[in-house]
Amino acid sequence: MKINFNMNGKPVEIDVDPSMRFLDVVRDVLHLNGTKEGCGEGSCGACVVLMDGKSVNSCLLPVANAIGHDFVTIEGLKETKEFDILQQAFAEMGGSQCGFCTPGMIIAAYSLLKHNPYPTEAQVREEMSGNLCRCTGYQAIVEAVLKAAKKGAGLW
Amino acid sequence: MDKFKTSTAKVDFPEKVRGEAKFTDDISFPDMLFAKTVRSTVARGKIKKITLPKMPEGYHWFCADDIKGENVVNIIFSDWPVFAAGRVKFIGESIGIFVGKDKEILDKLASEIKIDYEEETPVYELTESYIHKAFKKGDYEAAKAKAVKVIKHTYETGYQEQAYLENQGIICYFDENDKLTLTGSMQCPFYIKRAVMRSCGLKDDEVRVIQPAVGGAFGGKEHYPSMIGSQVAVAAIALHKPVKMCFERAEDITFTTKRHPSHSEYEALIDQDNNILGLKIRVGLNGGAYKGCSGVVLSRALIASSNAYVFENLDVVGDVYMTNTTPTAAFRGFGSPQTIFAMEMFIHHVAKELGVDPLELRFKYLAKQGDVTANNGHFHDPIVLKELMEKAMKMSDYKRKLKAYSKPGCNKGIGMSIFLHGCGFTGSGESDIIHGKVKLVKDEHDHVYCYAAPVDFGQGNRTTLKKIVSNTLGLPEDQVSFEAPDTDHTPDSGPTAASRTIIIVGFLFEKCAKHLKEIWKSGERQEYVEPYVGPSYIHWDEDTMQGDAYPGYSWGVNIVEVEFNPVTYQVSVLNTWSTYDVGRVVDERIAVGQADGGLLQGLGYGYLEEMKCVDGRMRNRNLSDYIIPTFEDAPHMETAFIDNPFIYGANGAKGMGELTLVGGAPAVALAIENAIGRKISKIPANPEYLMEVMKHEN
Repeated sequence: MKINFNMNGKPVEIDVDPSMRFLDVVRDVLHLNGTKEGCGEGSCGACVVLMDGKSVNSCLLPVANAIGHDFVTIEGLKETKEFDILQQAFAEMGGSQCGFCTPGMIIAAYSLLKHNPYPTEAQVREEMSGNLCRCTGYQAIVEAVLKAAKKGAGLW
Repeated sequence: MDKFKTSTAKVDFPEKVRGEAKFTDDISFPDMLFAKTVRSTVARGKIKKITLPKMPEGYHWFCADDIKGENVVNIIFSDWPVFAAGRVKFIGESIGIFVGKDKEILDKLASEIKIDYEEETPVYELTESYIHKAFKKGDYEAAKAKAVKVIKHTYETGYQEQAYLENQGIICYFDENDKLTLTGSMQCPFYIKRAVMRSCGLKDDEVRVIQPAVGGAFGGKEHYPSMIGSQVAVAAIALHKPVKMCFERAEDITFTTKRHPSHSEYEALIDQDNNILGLKIRVGLNGGAYKGCSGVVLSRALIASSNAYVFENLDVVGDVYMTNTTPTAAFRGFGSPQTIFAMEMFIHHVAKELGVDPLELRFKYLAKQGDVTANNGHFHDPIVLKELMEKAMKMSDYKRKLKAYSKPGCNKGIGMSIFLHGCGFTGSGESDIIHGKVKLVKDEHDHVYCYAAPVDFGQGNRTTLKKIVSNTLGLPEDQVSFEAPDTDHTPDSGPTAASRTIIIVGFLFEKCAKHLKEIWKSGERQEYVEPYVGPSYIHWDEDTMQGDAYPGYSWGVNIVEVEFNPVTYQVSVLNTWSTYDVGRVVDERIAVGQADGGLLQGLGYGYLEEMKCVDGRMRNRNLSDYIIPTFEDAPHMETAFIDNPFIYGANGAKGMGELTLVGGAPAVALAIENAIGRKISKIPANPEYLMEVMKHEN
């Protein structure tokens, strides 16, 4: 089945099984490997991508439901100013260790700040709780998101 | 300014944050095939007959018959076959792999294969000991004469799953010179190399292992990749094509190794002045179907069984039991989280039973420099445990809160754990068995390249080891590079395990850099290889478990504050305060990252993470039913370090990777005790268990 959507600002047309997971489309068809698979059932957030500006677990999204939507993966986000602020804050606070969850964390943080540019610590913890990290203990990531919110004030 | 402690940019961060780092499943080759494991569906039995489905062209089956070398995974004790040879010992044991181009066809083949078993009665209880160890200090039996009281308690700890975010996976292929090469999610490239040499019957120069980006490990990728590596190598050699096997989460959680569940019995002899005359300790670990590294896990569990306290008389015995379940193996802490939990709870329970202040009782037996250890060695180096405790208590306002929270009905609690962790391999293993080496190469432009085997799976050692070299040489950081291990170019500096990377490999790099500096000739290519020479005063006998158990120790204190919900029996961890003596911190930000992450894993072990094995089958299949702490579960954490430089460590640094995990469980369990006014003797102290505790004692 022919499926059309926008990926990182460009129109995409692919011919795939409509029940295919969007995660597999991203990784295996479009070869955008910054999106990771951690659990395959929406528990860990390593595979989140932006769908019309909101983060979604791409492992739970059948590609048929992607038709006509706008998607951004880390490959698209990394060219933005917002990414630069987020990555600097993650670097300064030590928000990444093994790095496997990091692209998903950046996407989730971006999505959070776009909708809530001045979150409290509790809001960061609540809204990002769909993203798991086994290395950092989360504190450094929370501090990084709060720092990015402050530094990017007005940008989000 | 202390240039060692100051945080430096993490070298692997830019490619990771941009999603450009290549993890195993991001790597592919032209003509690459995939592998799918066929696993035993019975817990114990003989394989009578294997009936293969009709095989489409280009699809292959590999099993024990195809192994050209020895059918064992090269682990410390090599009893685990690469593919089951005639019999199976647990549900999930690998019988063979299907290999081919399309993953869906492989899944279909795996569902169609028919295996007939002659089933045998499986063992699930801790009844068949297959490893036994014991040691004594003083004379426990003689001390009984002076005792007026004997106090006994039993403690239990459950499984813990490493739950690294990246599942296990290995690719075997042929490099540009047609040499058999493996890359994949790993901790120890040389372990995989030796395992493949042994199972495939190859020579040292016939196997190469290269480390890609690795998404967490925590001990779970110390030995298991040697098995997957051997399996894909068998297929890759036969077909002369790249073969990749990456697990999905359910396969990883259910069938790869985890932390040993334990059952410990502690007995204390008490004299008329409420002194503890001695301890009798019995530890049982569930080793699962194969021994693997369980002997060493037991050894470390027993050495740590009296934790940071010194008693005159000890009688310590431990066993690892064979059960027909998924084998247990390495996990950050390696045996000590189980016994340190038991000892910390026990000293508290003894104090309560004697009606004395637990804090005073703990202070009385704290280890001091020069004291004789449990294994009749010595604590050779200065110990700053008292300072660590005082600092942590001040940071947390411990004494006031403890008193306030002890009032019934307040539902808040505070608990403190005190602990040590031995760094490096046990005893003189670093000098006698590992013989670690590192190499520095300087090119004509005076750029220095560091070569060593430690894998950076998140701990930041590419950054910290490089920093030790650049600081020692007095070079700017961009004039030094640390490349990921490749067994063709990297000397074997030993496994990435046992909190040895900084204390052993870091120390080696510091010495190597000093030597390079002495012979430095600008504009010339030079190299220097440094072999490890440990402290000459360390002597250890593994058979009798007598002597100095470790080259050095790190120390720590965790204080945890919780809130208990009396309606749901749920516990929320609110705050933690930790102090550590890791010698000297190499990089503040990385050290705090280790402290935060390790402690949260230890807390999860203590009150949240539960894995159940029922009739030989793991009940947990994903991260939705094996719950690890989330953003919302994680407390606010405060960490401080006290300097106590170690003379055999780089700039005084000791190990810290495991230290930060071992205190979490007892600290949170003691905080829960404080909140509910009841004894905790089992972890995880989850709502089901707490409900039982509350009802039982009511």
